[in-house]
Amino acid sequence: MSTHGEEDLLNTNYLKAGTGVKSWLLTLDHKRIGVMYLVSIILAFFLGGVFALLLRLELLAPGRTIMTAAQYNRAFTLHGAIMVFLFIIPSIPAALGNFIIPVMLGAKDVAFPKLNLLSFYIYVVGTIFALFSIISGAVDTGWTFYTPYSTSSNSSVVSMTMAAFILGFSSILTGLNFMVTVHKLRAPGLHWRRLPLFIWGMYATSIIQVLATPVLAITLFLLAMERVFGLGIFDASLGGDPVLFQHFFWFYSHPAVYIMIVPGMAVVSELIATFSRRAIFGYFAIAMSSLGLALVGFLVWAHHMFTAGISEFAAMLFSALTFLVAIPSGVKVFNWTATLYKGSIWLTTPMLYAIAFLIQFTIGGLTGLFLGTLATDIHLHDTYFVVAHFHYVMMGSTVMAFLGGLLYWWPKIAGKMYDETLAKVSFAFVFVGFNATFLVQFIMGSRGMPRRYYDYLPEFRPYHAFSTVGSWILGVGFIVYAYVLIKSLRSGPKAPPNPWGSAGFEWASESPPVLANFREVPTITRGPYDYHLTTDEELFDGFPEDAPKKA
Amino acid sequence: MPGQWSTFAPNVDFIFYFIYWMSVILFVGIIGAALYFVWKYQRKPGVKAEPTGHNLPLEVGWTVAPVFFLALLFHWGFRGYTDLTVSPANAMEIRVRGRKWSWDFEYPNGAHETNTLHVPVNRPVRLVLSSDDVIHSFFVPAFRVKRDAVPGMYSMMWFQATHEGTTNYFCSEYCGAAETASRGEHGEEVFSGHFSMNGHVVVDNDARFAAHLEEINGPPIVNGQPVTPVQWGALLYRSSQCYTCHSVDGAAGTGPTWQHMVGHPVTLTDGTTVDVDTNYLRESILNPQAKVVRGFQPVMPTYRGSLNDRQIDALIAYMQSLQ
Repeated sequence: MSTHGEEDLLNTNYLKAGTGVKSWLLTLDHKRIGVMYLVSIILAFFLGGVFALLLRLELLAPGRTIMTAAQYNRAFTLHGAIMVFLFIIPSIPAALGNFIIPVMLGAKDVAFPKLNLLSFYIYVVGTIFALFSIISGAVDTGWTFYTPYSTSSNSSVVSMTMAAFILGFSSILTGLNFMVTVHKLRAPGLHWRRLPLFIWGMYATSIIQVLATPVLAITLFLLAMERVFGLGIFDASLGGDPVLFQHFFWFYSHPAVYIMIVPGMAVVSELIATFSRRAIFGYFAIAMSSLGLALVGFLVWAHHMFTAGISEFAAMLFSALTFLVAIPSGVKVFNWTATLYKGSIWLTTPMLYAIAFLIQFTIGGLTGLFLGTLATDIHLHDTYFVVAHFHYVMMGSTVMAFLGGLLYWWPKIAGKMYDETLAKVSFAFVFVGFNATFLVQFIMGSRGMPRRYYDYLPEFRPYHAFSTVGSWILGVGFIVYAYVLIKSLRSGPKAPPNPWGSAGFEWASESPPVLANFREVPTITRGPYDYHLTTDEELFDGFPEDAPKKA
Repeated sequence: MPGQWSTFAPNVDFIFYFIYWMSVILFVGIIGAALYFVWKYQRKPGVKAEPTGHNLPLEVGWTVAPVFFLALLFHWGFRGYTDLTVSPANAMEIRVRGRKWSWDFEYPNGAHETNTLHVPVNRPVRLVLSSDDVIHSFFVPAFRVKRDAVPGMYSMMWFQATHEGTTNYFCSEYCGAAETASRGEHGEEVFSGHFSMNGHVVVDNDARFAAHLEEINGPPIVNGQPVTPVQWGALLYRSSQCYTCHSVDGAAGTGPTWQHMVGHPVTLTDGTTVDVDTNYLRESILNPQAKVVRGFQPVMPTYRGSLNDRQIDALIAYMQSLQ
């Protein structure tokens, strides 16, 4: 191919640069890899969601409703494992991040495009292991794989732990790739103080992915060794220590909570800035609080174990450290709220998701205080209160940010607009359904309803029934949301480069971007939220041919 | 929160409601402000957003102010936790053993019972927990106490009940479930697992508590008469959870059915054959893994220490009656 031809290809819409299955499967384009991740995680979310709806249906009434106790245990394990390992960890970083990070930085691609494709295929191999485990009898250990239950269960534990082990490498390589990209591939003029908050959040996430995930890999590897070769590491009957597993597991899985939530915060910072038309209040504080969360997140793992027989001194230390997490989280919430003050607020569906995030993250955060406080945690630990708390953070926050972020960047990804009215309808169902499902779980948890129960005492029936009805509303919301995306792909109007009139750098590219993202390397002269420094041309939300002439 | 049945409950609830009302105030304040701004500063033609400025005192203020509040919560929480973990020296000690899927309670006089825990009112009680298989957790919502039972170690919890009556306890650490259902008293499908490891805590006055401890050492009294060994065995079959694995009507289960079991030869996993006689039955109750019948997993827990000799005799008598 001649140099001239390559240049032409680089300046072609990425969706049209190369056709056929092979041009997708072997692509090194971060945008196409992002799209392939997007399709994969949406499928994973669908599968995990089906398990969730089945669980809620089983809990509609006491006793057997649709499944046996053993099937129920498999269903909640698969719901958790799929949602954590196949959906939420790769959701914002690997799908949206892959697509948007290089565009925001004004780069042609991530630092290591081949490594990026490898990460995707590692994810696919991990997913195959997970599916194999599901088909060959599934796992019934809970997604936490606590020993010695997981070493004695006769379900398909090894293939599922191997799946999580393999998926971990995908996560590590993606994190590494993003870190190097942020350091080395910023456009001229894009210095650290002008870095979009999405980039700061993804950068903090990448650090956690690279540092924490290997610990999970080691832990799950030891677990598999114990099951296969009978090495006594965690199983007391072999001379091991079951609590050691919990330490190892949460040493990864608590930082993993920040792998899940920090990207959500990163997306919401972009949404609030764009739709308030103003810089995020306390930009520096938000950027640093992401790094702060990444750091403190490593020091609080044992708060999952206050009833597990850790020493009083350890309990005291981890309770105190846990409260430290509240400070950066609180700072972010205050800053987002202050950004709205004297803004010019445009209530698009992505902005509605950002406001839902703010509401639900505040609830998720405040209920964390009950769990960080030792005396009340003892009562609430392992009840539905905890289930509701982490669903407010994981689903009520991260998933809301993902849904909002996907619609926000959808014109960039698909090159088409979506139906705003229908999207608002789906938002209403998702918001009402989510809160109906989970708010009531705080009440039943505080009244003593333990989690992971197939059956329950009659006094808890009204709460469970209410929660199940909520899950149906939520399910309808997701179906409408999927329809919005499909309708946009089939018949959505063509999107202009900057439909939201945003000052963000990624909107200076075409919709969809060309293969090289920009026709020429952009030079950055202002911050991503400096609306007062922008020209009308930069914020113009129509097609370039209709743009106002330069003054 | 559930009823307050222990000396801890009022303090735990005070902290709970303090955080609750603080959270409500903060939530209404933050979200109220956010929603007000969203309404007040809606996009209007010709009105631009004001460029964001800095307000250092405000930023430092909302970073530092929560620290005091959080320090207070930490202090109260830790003090409450210390109360929960340090038991008085004069506490009465009850051994609690968890296993899939029932709890065994051993009282100071050596008496055992399964599923129902009896405790005296207004006296400190220390539970010493352990597990025979996987991790379990003993949770009494009305007392606001919970502690994991971990295989290979002892863990302690204590409480002082303040209220006579019956309340619930639960297992709160996930521990699996039986693959198949067993048959209940009326032939209905009964599933057992983590969710069925719950039962009652009966808080009695001293006299009734002492009488109960005497009673559970021997056969239960029905209509003023002690029941026969066969009847006692039938009751133990239920109360010791034998029914979750063994049927008495020939139905398949996790363990062999007891119907037509006694007096017939069975093949073991190593290929040898034994006659099911009283000695085999006794051995299988006390040391279940020694001779496992072919086709079954070696998953039965030992009942050594949780059934006394008279109870084992009664169970064997019941098995013999199932011909």
